[in-house]
Amino acid sequence: MPRRVIFDGKLLPYLLLAPQVAITLVFFFWPAGQAVYYSFFLQDAFGLRQTFVWFENYKIVLTDPLYLASAWRTVIFSTAVTGLSMASALLLAVMADRQIRGAAVYKTLLMWPYAVAPAVAAVLWLFVLHPTIGILGRSLRDLGFAWDYKLNGAQAMSLVIVAASWKQVSYNFLFFLAGLQAIQKPVIEAAAIDGAGPMRRFWSIIFPLLSPTTFFLLVVNLVYAFFDTFGTIHALTAGGPGKSTETLIYKVYVDGVVNLDLGGSSAQSVILLVVVMTLTAVQFRYIERRVHYG
Amino acid sequence: MIESRSRTAWLPHLVLALGVAVFVFPIYMALIGSTHDAGIIGRGSLPLTPGGLATENYAQAWSQGSGIRVKAPPVSRMLLNSLVMAVIVAVGKIVVSVLSAYAVVFFHFPGRMFFFWMIFVTLMLPVEVRIIPTFKVVSDLGLINTYGGLTVPLIASATATLLFRQFFMTIPDNLVEAAKIDGAGPLRFFKDILLPLSRTNLAALFVILFIYGWNQYLWPLLITTSRSMDTIVIGITKMIGTGDAQTDWNLIMATAVLAMLPPVAVVVLMQRWFVKGLVESEK
Repeated sequence: MPRRVIFDGKLLPYLLLAPQVAITLVFFFWPAGQAVYYSFFLQDAFGLRQTFVWFENYKIVLTDPLYLASAWRTVIFSTAVTGLSMASALLLAVMADRQIRGAAVYKTLLMWPYAVAPAVAAVLWLFVLHPTIGILGRSLRDLGFAWDYKLNGAQAMSLVIVAASWKQVSYNFLFFLAGLQAIQKPVIEAAAIDGAGPMRRFWSIIFPLLSPTTFFLLVVNLVYAFFDTFGTIHALTAGGPGKSTETLIYKVYVDGVVNLDLGGSSAQSVILLVVVMTLTAVQFRYIERRVHYG
Repeated sequence: MIESRSRTAWLPHLVLALGVAVFVFPIYMALIGSTHDAGIIGRGSLPLTPGGLATENYAQAWSQGSGIRVKAPPVSRMLLNSLVMAVIVAVGKIVVSVLSAYAVVFFHFPGRMFFFWMIFVTLMLPVEVRIIPTFKVVSDLGLINTYGGLTVPLIASATATLLFRQFFMTIPDNLVEAAKIDGAGPLRFFKDILLPLSRTNLAALFVILFIYGWNQYLWPLLITTSRSMDTIVIGITKMIGTGDAQTDWNLIMATAVLAMLPPVAVVVLMQRWFVKGLVESEK
């Protein structure tokens, strides 16, 4: 990996690195260190004194029924968003991969929601599904369905899932399409000659060949559902009604920024940090594997 | 291609058209909503066809922002904030990453791998896991409600650094050798050879990072307390408040349309670079 031909320079490389290293130290490592530090202290109500309490904050957080409920909610939410957006993206990508007229036009028409901010996507769906003014929300009520996401927690959750998935389909679509187009056509033609029908060809050949893309997207979508949907939730439900849409990331925000519980919020941050590290490690193991096996 | 499918040829079109319809529908309703008055929307009788108030609504959103029940800075101001933030974040990330990747690939010096890993590890430290301490740092530096506070803490980029590092490693040694023989120093080589060769990568990354900057949410929410510093994405959720039926939905929808326009235009117009940037930066 090291180049043979390089430039000389004692000071220059450090100067080149300086801006990025300075930013990472000041805004990444120092605050992350502080989060770990605070997670071992308990503040009094006025933030005047703090006591070193070892893992007490973690113990409190991890045995708090509200925290565990929020963790479970996050699992449901992330699974739903990942499953919904990946399944619809795969279906669209398989259709767009067929040699049909206007495939390029469809591709353009299906990629732009990537650019819509999660919070703006939330506002759009709010306008459509609002119980009294939304065109779909009203229709649901006209049909006799008691639709009101401001009162019903399950409905609020499904609204947040729809808004979060809608925005993510484009991303998955582009990756699935790239993955499908990389599959050698003769392999599929050979299967067709051997008499395999379209469904059989998809499940026994295309889907397994697509598995690296699928796995990669799985990790990316989980990270998206964990972290990037903060805006969606904040704009749509602010975690409510009750706490029915309060995911882990939303809880860190509420406990830290709104309730000013420094120790508890820091402990939650560190727990999330472990989750991110695990996901990143899994992702990199996969990249290594792809390098080895093509 | 494989079998004659005259029987099922309509199927892909149907599915894809349905997909497009689901994508377009909420946008269409937002466009419709932005052309009527707040009363019609509040009564729940918004039709499916455009009304005649488009000019008035957009003009009011653009220059005043606020309506009768909604208080917000003018959209022109919020768009400016978003534009400044997105451009500084995108250009800043590209500049610091290109420089670091150059140092790591083209020089040998003590601590090279240490610094590389240090940048790499920031992948695992998203804003969300260090919210309060980062906020404290920014507020100690007096950067609350400034463009500096909005952008500088987001400027480090492990992904961009990795991408440039990968690209730089494909540059043949011969080229570097030739440049050295012709008497080019490291800065000359960087400016006259490396940067021109990286043009497509720079464009691709710019598209992705511009959208990243434009769509930031949690960070501007924390760092800006003054309404005049609201980015458009934050501004619009503040306009909604608790989501009452009786509010100036026409203005909110006009604002939503204006908030989507710039990033969507960037993606559609720079499609080729966008797809390249997306697929490669995630490798």
